Amino acid sequence: MVGYLVLENGQIFEGEKIGYDSKETICEIVFNTSMTGYLEIFSDPSYAGQGIVMTYPLIGNYGLTLEDMESKKPWVEAVFVHELAEVESNFRSKLHVEKFLKYNKVPGLQGVNTRKLTKVLRENGTMRGMLTDSISNIEEILEKIKKHEIKNLVEKVTSNEITQIGEGKINIALLDFGSKQNIIESLIKRNCKITIYPQDTKAQTILDGKFDAIVLSNGPGNPEDCKTAIENIKELYKSNIPILGICLGHQLMGIATGAKTYKLKYGHRGPNHPVKDIQKDRIYITAQNHGYAIDENSVNPEIAEVSHTNLNDNTVEGLKYKNKEIYTVQFHPEACPGPEDNNYIFDDFLKIVENRKKC
Amino acid sequence: MPRNNNIKKVLVIGSGPIIIGQAAEFDYAGTQACEELKKEGIEVVLVNSNPATIMTDKHMADKIYIEPLTVTTVQKIIDIEKPDSILPNLGGQTGLNIAMELYESGFLNSRNVRLLGTSSEGIKNAEDRQAFKDMMESINEPCIASKVVTTVDDAKEFANQIGLPVIVRPAYTLGGTGGGIAYTTEELSEICESGLRLSRVHQVLIEKCISGWKEIEYEVMRDGKGNCITICNMENIDPVGVHTGDSIVVAPSQTLADKEYQMLRTSAIKIISALKIEGGCNVQFALNPNSFEYAVIEVNPRVSRSSALASKATGYPIAKVSTKIAIGYGLDEIKNEVTGKTYACFEPVLDYVIVKIPKWPFNKFKAATRDLGTQMKATGEVMAIAPSIESALLKAIRSLEENLDSMEMPKIKEYSTEKILESLKKVDNERIWVIAEALRRGITIDEIHNITTIDKFFISKIDRIIRMEEQLKTQNVDSTLLLNAKKMGFTDKVISRLSNIPEEKIKQMRIENNIVANFKLVDTCAAEIEAKTPYYYSSYDEENESIPNKDKKKIVVLGSGPIRIGQGIEFDYCSVHSVLALKKLGYETIIVNNNPETVSTDFDIADKLYFEPLTPEDVENIINVEKPYGVIVQFGGQTAIKLTKAITQMGVRILGTTEEDMDRAEDREKFDEALERCGILRPKGDTVFTVDEAKEVANRLEYPVLVRPSYVLGGQGMAIAYDDVEIEEFINDINKIAQEHPILVDKYMLGKELEVDAICDGEDVLIPGIMEHLERAGIHSGDSISVYPTQTISKEHQDIIIDYTKKIAKELNIIGVLNIQFIISKEKVYIIEVNPRSSRTVPYISKVTGLPVIDIATRVILGEKLKDLEYGTGVYKKSDYIAVKMPIFSFEKIKNADTSLGPEMKSTGEVLGVSKVLSEAILKAFIASGTKIQNKGKVLITVRDKDKEEVSVLANELEQIGFEIYATSGTAKFLKEKGLNVKAVPKIWEGTDSIIDLIQSGKLSFIINTPTKGKESNRDGFKIRRMAVECKVPCFTALDTVQALYEAIKNGVKEQDLTPVDITVI
Repeated sequence: MVGYLVLENGQIFEGEKIGYDSKETICEIVFNTSMTGYLEIFSDPSYAGQGIVMTYPLIGNYGLTLEDMESKKPWVEAVFVHELAEVESNFRSKLHVEKFLKYNKVPGLQGVNTRKLTKVLRENGTMRGMLTDSISNIEEILEKIKKHEIKNLVEKVTSNEITQIGEGKINIALLDFGSKQNIIESLIKRNCKITIYPQDTKAQTILDGKFDAIVLSNGPGNPEDCKTAIENIKELYKSNIPILGICLGHQLMGIATGAKTYKLKYGHRGPNHPVKDIQKDRIYITAQNHGYAIDENSVNPEIAEVSHTNLNDNTVEGLKYKNKEIYTVQFHPEACPGPEDNNYIFDDFLKIVENRKKC
Repeated sequence: MPRNNNIKKVLVIGSGPIIIGQAAEFDYAGTQACEELKKEGIEVVLVNSNPATIMTDKHMADKIYIEPLTVTTVQKIIDIEKPDSILPNLGGQTGLNIAMELYESGFLNSRNVRLLGTSSEGIKNAEDRQAFKDMMESINEPCIASKVVTTVDDAKEFANQIGLPVIVRPAYTLGGTGGGIAYTTEELSEICESGLRLSRVHQVLIEKCISGWKEIEYEVMRDGKGNCITICNMENIDPVGVHTGDSIVVAPSQTLADKEYQMLRTSAIKIISALKIEGGCNVQFALNPNSFEYAVIEVNPRVSRSSALASKATGYPIAKVSTKIAIGYGLDEIKNEVTGKTYACFEPVLDYVIVKIPKWPFNKFKAATRDLGTQMKATGEVMAIAPSIESALLKAIRSLEENLDSMEMPKIKEYSTEKILESLKKVDNERIWVIAEALRRGITIDEIHNITTIDKFFISKIDRIIRMEEQLKTQNVDSTLLLNAKKMGFTDKVISRLSNIPEEKIKQMRIENNIVANFKLVDTCAAEIEAKTPYYYSSYDEENESIPNKDKKKIVVLGSGPIRIGQGIEFDYCSVHSVLALKKLGYETIIVNNNPETVSTDFDIADKLYFEPLTPEDVENIINVEKPYGVIVQFGGQTAIKLTKAITQMGVRILGTTEEDMDRAEDREKFDEALERCGILRPKGDTVFTVDEAKEVANRLEYPVLVRPSYVLGGQGMAIAYDDVEIEEFINDINKIAQEHPILVDKYMLGKELEVDAICDGEDVLIPGIMEHLERAGIHSGDSISVYPTQTISKEHQDIIIDYTKKIAKELNIIGVLNIQFIISKEKVYIIEVNPRSSRTVPYISKVTGLPVIDIATRVILGEKLKDLEYGTGVYKKSDYIAVKMPIFSFEKIKNADTSLGPEMKSTGEVLGVSKVLSEAILKAFIASGTKIQNKGKVLITVRDKDKEEVSVLANELEQIGFEIYATSGTAKFLKEKGLNVKAVPKIWEGTDSIIDLIQSGKLSFIINTPTKGKESNRDGFKIRRMAVECKVPCFTALDTVQALYEAIKNGVKEQDLTPVDITVI
């Protein structure tokens, strides 16, 4: 069956409907350039509220490898692909991707001219769009798209209760704005015991836990929406507990300390972004997924300095806070999908935490 | 880290002649390297024995030596030029081996020459089997259970431990020469013995056989600071067991989840970091399809064939960046030329797939086994880019020029289902078509997977193509079905054949429904960043990204497709030079080609590059978008020439000699008429279609006769027939492929062959020089030793040749280049053939005369007159130097290929020897060809009766300078009667101490064997020749070749005595 993606600028892309049979789905349309890892992307809570265009034309080749999920369910609102594999093949595959999408109520289109769509998003910037069965009343569709608001996504994806995981010696509090599973795995692998807190947890509650360190997770949407969290993070900043911020966590720490964020024209979503670690004088290829970034000029040099920059567009990729053990990165050191080159971020951070513990 | 300013003069070592396993990719890499070094203001000294390369062009380096790639010669060059550094990692295995030998012997240190790029230690750790294994163990990277052995007994013992089958891999050889899978102890002894012999260090690796695992490669790059990136990964459709050079390869990997992808990526980066690679590097993995278990197969610490493929697949210029890293730059200091904004330090992402299919030479070697294994057999490859596997696969098949345009191979369709099932088990070059037919017969994807172990994903893609075939056969072809078929890569011709609708009608329907090919950009970044690369592929997705330039006159130059015997790198040389000339003249240049190994498919050669199959429909798609002023076909070999008619019919101008005039050179009757008008003689002959006609003609002309199909290159299907039985065999062979054109039967004349390349502007003719073949007529010109300038031809005959050249060029209205083959027989000059196009000898003659032949031809094609140019008309002035071109064969790679020379070309490449003295030029060429030159030793002679008289003279000469003569009984008897001191050797069937033992003993300097008639492979002569190949004993099948060798060695001159010549000063 034919379906359409109508962008807010009126451009229409046609495809064959796949996955869940939704009549209308409105979301923000973004593209991701990863050639592998579609499942990790679909299940990354940071994609909540977004419809994802995969630039790689063949999706679903290796089926559904459930243990690769980055959360319990897919969070993408819709998927747009060039071709969904008819026959999947991988020793771990449990299911065809199409069935998975259907079961989880994710609609999508295949046969989409994803390259053209990507170029439109690149040129015009990220836009909202509607996946629809009918384009007979385009005015009405555009009206609906304009009215659609994407807000408070973090509230949707955060955990509802405090949970504990891991048996390690390092005691970590993870403030969950929509954490990817592999942040948790990466910490467990490194001898951590993690207590996961909902996004609006009071700072004092966390401070009372006497943790060795705090991790601010990734998450979806505009960081400025996270008003409560920002207030809490201000408190956490004042403590002397080491903090690692990843992606949204990085942005929130920035805002909490006076920096500003802005929306990138079309974001960074892919597995191939070169980032310079200034201290190491080395370039690492990073996995990225963010639509907002910290404005370098708004960073108070008394408070923090840029530790990582993006080699392509010079955007801020990491901050090191002065007189604090606070490190935040915009990219995803936990990878999944993407290169594992940046695992060192966890190693370096935990080394600091452990050293401090010894003192 | 900025560039190291102490580097001022660099020696670049090329890879030598094209052989199986080392083809044009190193010309591409070397050319990029030279350009980058020159851009940095570094003085470049180049050595390469291959004259057909672009890297040996005058403007590529400051000093150019077309000299043997041996330690002795390179040492001499270093002493003359005193470079401060040497760049070893862009000249393939050959360049790397020489650099390593120079380093290990302490020579480089003694001359204060530094090795650029990866350190010698790193290279050694990657190349030496044991060192590599140890290193992998130390960093916890898994290797396959294996052991390095130096004797067959040790190999057997280890095989007993790990169990058969095992893989035998010789150390320090290229293309896996001498390797193989042994299933039995006997096989193990056989393969191991030959492997030990071929290995430079007399080592082979015995390894656990992991056939059926996925074979995955990563192209990685590391700079001196330690920054690492992966350019691309690739997945072989053929699982482990088939050499990657012989595998159908897709990029990026298709069946790996991110976990597997990253696991191997991390491993690759760990490995190159441990080896401290500086530059491009290739890591091959085997991955168990049923677990995360993997093993590192090997690492190439240099730019390789896969690097060329990865460069073209992604748009990332690996050789260029490797060169910059070698002179000190960090990846973050090198600009990404594709975007112009970002840096070379990133990883390309693709939004298309590529499929590579090897081009095999089996049509040249009837007796050869077509099985594929660990020893590479392909001479070249094609690549295709498309948004789907199906479309890329079909594009690649079209690009192969094997008379196939789909998943249908007529021969296989005739097979019984039983035979299909049987054939599925065979790993050979036809397997994908067997799979296609199996699917048509209802054999399931699972069944095929179980037999072939090819991943189901790929089989399902072929299955989709088969189902589309079925739809086109059975359903009404409407616009939806048509669009789907086009998206899947079907051509109008195939759709027409399947649907029974005329091709014209299909085309019309497409146009009416706006189903047209659009062109997409190869941009390294999946459209994320705006890119500037003018590098395109076709797609049936809407939006054309190739915007034609309206301000400039545009000219399309057609490339020459995959490297094959008969059509090699020379034609890429010609295409590239034509493009460069056109650019200088102010035209916008557009190149169409499908060979990822070449310089022509480097996106910064032409103004626009279309990476597409060279078929009428694919070219028309480009023409429709670009609407060029004209198309140049005469530089792209037979591949481009074949398209002349189709392009003319599209209403597009053929620039240079027209289609009609080309036809007058190819069409027998028209050609005879033309010759007659010029008063030129040619061997008598006639055209035929059937065996009976051929017999009639042959008997009328009297045997022997030369039989050949028209419109071919490299003498394909050409043979000399001595009787009715043979002519029947040959004509039937030729007719196995439907012939549009008649077969030519000519009187075979014995005599001296000569060759001329010339440029004609319609009025005047410029002849760079006359080349003389050392072997008498009957051996294909590409397989003959060719000497420039002529040495034994009288002034009178030279004048006739020049006169004939002028006459026939004008008569045929040649505009551009032509190539003429002459024969002098009984004091008369005949023309054998005229090729209205560039030839194999153009690069070589250009280099030794200093005349830029293609540049001049291109200007003439665009309307300039020779008399207005600075080079004059008539014959160009003779060079002071003598250049000897020697053919290079790859017989050891093709099991059961007959090595005897004849009218069908068999050589894969060539080398050049340059000197002021003929004998020295010949000697250099022999040395460059890899022939071990010994001034004395044992020679085995076994010749047919009619050669005995002649060989006795030669044998006498060889005996005089100290050779011991051995001969088979008949030859020995004859030679003894002539008073020679000959030791008779029993023939093969005569039992022990036979000829085979003698050859295997390794004591022979060379063998002289002239083949008896016929092509049967079970003759003694054939066995002797094959044994010689296996044992690496030079075996000459033409007496003239031996005569040349004798001339070269009789004075006792050795390699050390020869002076390297810088050809830039010729």
